[in-house]
Parts: sequence; structure tokens; C-alpha cells
Amino acid sequence: MAQKTAKAAPAPGVDAAMAKKLLHEMMLIRRFEEKAAENYALGKIGGFLHLSIGEEAVAAGVTSQLRQDDYAISTYREHGHCLAKGSDPRRAMAELFGRIDGLSKGKGGSMHLFDKSVNFLGGHAIVGSHLPLAAGVGFKIKYEGGDQVCVCYFGDGAVPEGEFHEALNLSSLWKLPVIFVCENNRYAMGTSLERALAQTEIYKFGQTYNIPSEPVDGMDVLAIREATGRAVARARKDKTPTLLEARTYRFRGHSMRDPAGAVYRTKEEVEKEKLRDPIVLFRDRAVGAGVLSDEDVEAIEKDVNDIIDDAVAFADASPEPPAEELFTDIYKD
Amino acid sequence: MAVMTYREALNLALREEMHRDPKVFVIGEEVGLYEGAYKVTQGLLKEFGPRRIVDTPIAESGFAGVGIGAAMTGLRPVVEMMTFNFALLALDQIVNTAAKMNYMSGGQYNIPIVVRGPGGPAHQLAAQHSQSMEVYFYHVPGLKVVRPSTPADAKGLLKSAIRDDNPVIFIESETLYAIKGEVPDDPEFTIPLGEAIVRREGTDVTVIAYMGMMYRAMEAAEQLEKEGISVEIVDPRTLRPMDERTIVGSVRKTHRAVVVEAGAGFAGMGSEISAFITERAFDDLDAPVERVTGANAPMPYARNLEKLKTPTKEKIVDAVRRVCNVNGS
Repeated sequence: MAQKTAKAAPAPGVDAAMAKKLLHEMMLIRRFEEKAAENYALGKIGGFLHLSIGEEAVAAGVTSQLRQDDYAISTYREHGHCLAKGSDPRRAMAELFGRIDGLSKGKGGSMHLFDKSVNFLGGHAIVGSHLPLAAGVGFKIKYEGGDQVCVCYFGDGAVPEGEFHEALNLSSLWKLPVIFVCENNRYAMGTSLERALAQTEIYKFGQTYNIPSEPVDGMDVLAIREATGRAVARARKDKTPTLLEARTYRFRGHSMRDPAGAVYRTKEEVEKEKLRDPIVLFRDRAVGAGVLSDEDVEAIEKDVNDIIDDAVAFADASPEPPAEELFTDIYKD
Repeated sequence: MAVMTYREALNLALREEMHRDPKVFVIGEEVGLYEGAYKVTQGLLKEFGPRRIVDTPIAESGFAGVGIGAAMTGLRPVVEMMTFNFALLALDQIVNTAAKMNYMSGGQYNIPIVVRGPGGPAHQLAAQHSQSMEVYFYHVPGLKVVRPSTPADAKGLLKSAIRDDNPVIFIESETLYAIKGEVPDDPEFTIPLGEAIVRREGTDVTVIAYMGMMYRAMEAAEQLEKEGISVEIVDPRTLRPMDERTIVGSVRKTHRAVVVEAGAGFAGMGSEISAFITERAFDDLDAPVERVTGANAPMPYARNLEKLKTPTKEKIVDAVRRVCNVNGS
């Protein structure tokens, strides 16, 4: 019997170009957030900064199945989702810096990245609040007879919220083309799944609401890609929503104010999970299968570093928003 | 001009706007098959079908969020709250999401949504169903808040609210749905948000009041006229943005002001109106601004206690006499 795991070839349909794209996307997100953390320490970025380091496979894998005109909406841990959807890292970084060239002119910050040019509907920072919005986007798509989908990212922390249940119920009741992607990193801030949920198998809530659902290895970008592909096909074909539970892990703390993230979980646990780094796993798999060469990987790394260095320089050079911005955009004229 | 009820005027506004703009739809509890708990949406399901008249389960936060998501991506939802008391379940969606989206996105995502339904004191509905709800919304930058007192205003303001590119909180009144008034027939008749109206001209004192309190103030004014006091009544109609100019202009003319509000007085609408009158027209005032407000208590059920809780014509008359330095009879 063939070994199933060792040196598995990338999934069918994942050619060199797709492999490069996926690795590039994950490494770009990783580098963006490492540099954001550095600049937070330097005082260039303020407020709350929530990193998704360790969770990059979800954003990269999901987005690899989307079209430009599809929608994505997310939580406050959304840098990766926004970048994967196609946002300019320079403008995203400038937003974190609170500068006028940021995506939201510096008025949103890390938790509120929005980019209408790529249909990225924002970072929303009240847990659970954007799930009904995703249903509303699905409603709009159906109302206008379109075939786009809306991807809604959220954490396991949103699952005990009423809005999770309201959004799943309405999406199923009305058959809305929404793909709910739960990034289950096992901790809502410092509260573990077991301390928060009577049902810790989150995908099972999909069964409750008659929504196709499945758990998926959130550290395996190809597994995410495949599961999302099935979900997107269902949504485009007959507006069926899906709940994906991506089982992932955040290597850093909840935010930069929880640097170690070690009060509520053991160091051993964190170190063990880091052995399943999604970037390393995919890189080794792609190189092992001969889809990517070591030179390809080095070239991607260099390109990513250049892009992010440029983004930081751009952000740092961008002016602060002028005083009149305080009172603009409160209302649309 | 046609004479119709406040309820019919709202219904007509919805129908006209839905015919004018295919992006307008109505969503809420019992708006379709049941034809509205207060029949504001009567006949709409038959006319427009279930795609545009959307019945929801009881999930206020959920369907308010659906409206916001649809508005973000180009539709123009009218979200009915069966009563505005239930809107508190959607308060986070309205305050944290709808009101702030345009700002947090640097102007990329405006939210053209109307959240409408009845609110304010009704008859013996007790604490949870009989209260002034506007206070929870008009504090919030990014929201517009409308309280229409007459059938014509109901129609003209609702049409403006639907055409507005921002979130508009539109609070009607159970006690006004059946009142009748003349309403312009022109489907392009609208009333701009943010414009107050002088309901009654007078020279001695300005009374600022809206909704049911406006009608009580009118009754008080008629009684006071017999006593030789000439009362001007200004109805703000829109609470945010507030037409301070019209109100302050009236006070500069009469030199006295009484603000009436149905809700509990503490940090209420009357506090704000009193404050800007004092700030902007202090030198014009011949007496301190008086407030007549609901008692600082929840709404009781018992009829006698309910009456004590609510501003009455007599309380308004007394306040006017005080600012005019006239002793009561």
C-alpha cells in the first residue's frame, strides 16, 4: 500500500505556476506581518495589531479559488485575507502606519483594512458582527442574479456569538452563496475551544443548519484549496453556502500585547505546532515533488522581501492624514 | 393633495421608491405575508413579490446585518424593525458597523440603508414596548435620525431617507399611524433631511416638540392663546442633523424656549436642544430654557402611572407660563 503522506505530490491541477503563486502568497503575508511586528515595536504602528503568522495557508488556499469579482470579508486578523485578495501591500502597510496613502487614508488601521478595488469588504473588529454582512453580500449577489461568491473569514471565537448562528441560518434558509471559513486556531484570545464551546467540532454546526461543511487541515494549503474549490463550485452552481473549519494555529500571541501567548497554552504545544508551519510544509512538498526548485524558492523569498521592504519604505514616507480628514467621510455627500 | 393616514403615506412612499429604483427592497419580520405588524407594508408582497419584500425570522442583528452587507455592495435596503425596541438587538450592527463603515473605510463603503419602524410611548405597552428610542441613535456620528410627525412628513422624509446615501434611522409612532392629513400627490415630492418646520407661528415663546409631543404642544398653544400667550411651535423633524438655525432663529424672535420630549429627560434630546440654544442665543433669552420631559422612570403599565410618566398638555402649559413669568390660574 502506497504511503499516503510522505512526499505526496501536489494536488492535481497544481502546476508550477500555481505552486509559485501559493508559496509567494503565504510568504508575502508572513513577511508583511513580521515587518509589521518590527514596526509596532518601533512605535510606527499603534493600537492593536493581530498577526496571523501560522495561519497563512487559509488565506492563500481559499483565495486561489476566487475570481477578482468575488467578495471577501473578515475579522480584525485580516492582513493576510486582504493581501491575498490582491491589495497593494504598500497601501495596506501605510494603513497600519496611519498614513494618508493607506487603504482607508489612515482612518481604519490594522483592524479595518478595506479595499473596494479588489472587493475586500473589510476588517471588522466586533467579533461575529460581519457574518450577517456576508449573508447580505450573498443576498445581493442572488438579488442581482450574479454568480459571484462571498468568502467570510472568522475565528473560533465567533462561534459562540449569536450572529454566527443567525448568519448560518439565514444563509441556508435563503440559499446564499457564502463560504464561511472558520479559522479555528483553538484560542479565542486566551480562551480555548474547550472552555468556550459545548460542541468543539465546529464544522458540525453546518450540519445543524443544513449547510455542507467539512473540517480541513488549516496548515495544508492544498487541502484548503481543494475544499474551497468544492465550496465555490456549489455556491456558483446553485447558491449553496458552505462552512469550512480550517484547523490552524497562531504561532504568535493574540495581539502584540500578548507577545508570548503562553499564559493559556504551553510552550511545548506552541513549539510542536510550529513544526507544522504551513509555509515550510508546502515548500518542502513542492520541492520534493519537483514542482518547484530551490532556486524558485529563493527567487520567491527575494521578491517577497523586496516587496515588503518597499511597502515599509512607502508607508514610512507617506504623510499623516491632514487635520480636515477628521471630519471627512463621516457622511457620504 | 390627497388626504391619507400616516400609515398610508409611508406605504405610498415605499411603493413609489420601489417603482423608481429596482435596488430598493424591504426586509424584516412579518413585512410580507402578514403585511406588516402595523400594516405599513400592506399590499407590497403582492405588488413586488418575495424577492423584494423579504420576510425574516426573528433575528434582528442577523437581518440588519444582511441589510448592511447588501448596502455595502450596492443595494438600498429598507429594514423594518417591528418596533424600535427590537432594534437594540441590532444596535451593534447599526452603531458599530453601519454608522462607521464609510469613515473606517476612508470613504470606500457608504451604507445607504433605512432602518424604520415605530417607537416612542404607546398605550399601556409597559416598559419594554413603550419608550423613546431615538436617544440610542442620535448620539452617533454617521447616522441620520428622523422623527416625522405628520402624514406629509412621513412620506416626504421617508423618500428622502431611502434616497440618502447614508444610514438613516427612521422612527415612526404607533400612536400616529391612524392620523390623517394632506399629502402631496407628486411622486417627486420629498422633504430634505435636516430641515425643521415652524408648525405654528407665535411671538412670545418657542416650543420645540416632535411626534406626539408636537400635537400636545399644539393643544397647549391653543389654550395659552386664550390666556394671551402667543406660542411658536418648531418641529425639528430630523434630529440628526439638527436644524439648529431654524430653532435658534425662532428663539431669537420670541426670546423664550421650552423643549418637550417624551423620553426620560436625563441626557435626552431636550438636553442637547437646550444646550445649543443657550450656547448660541444666550443674549437673546429673557428666561432660562425649560424642559418638559418624560419622568426619569421606565414606562409603567398602570394607566394612572403611565400618565404621570408622560408629558401632558398641562405640564407644557405650566412650563410656558413659567418662562413667560405668568402665574398659573
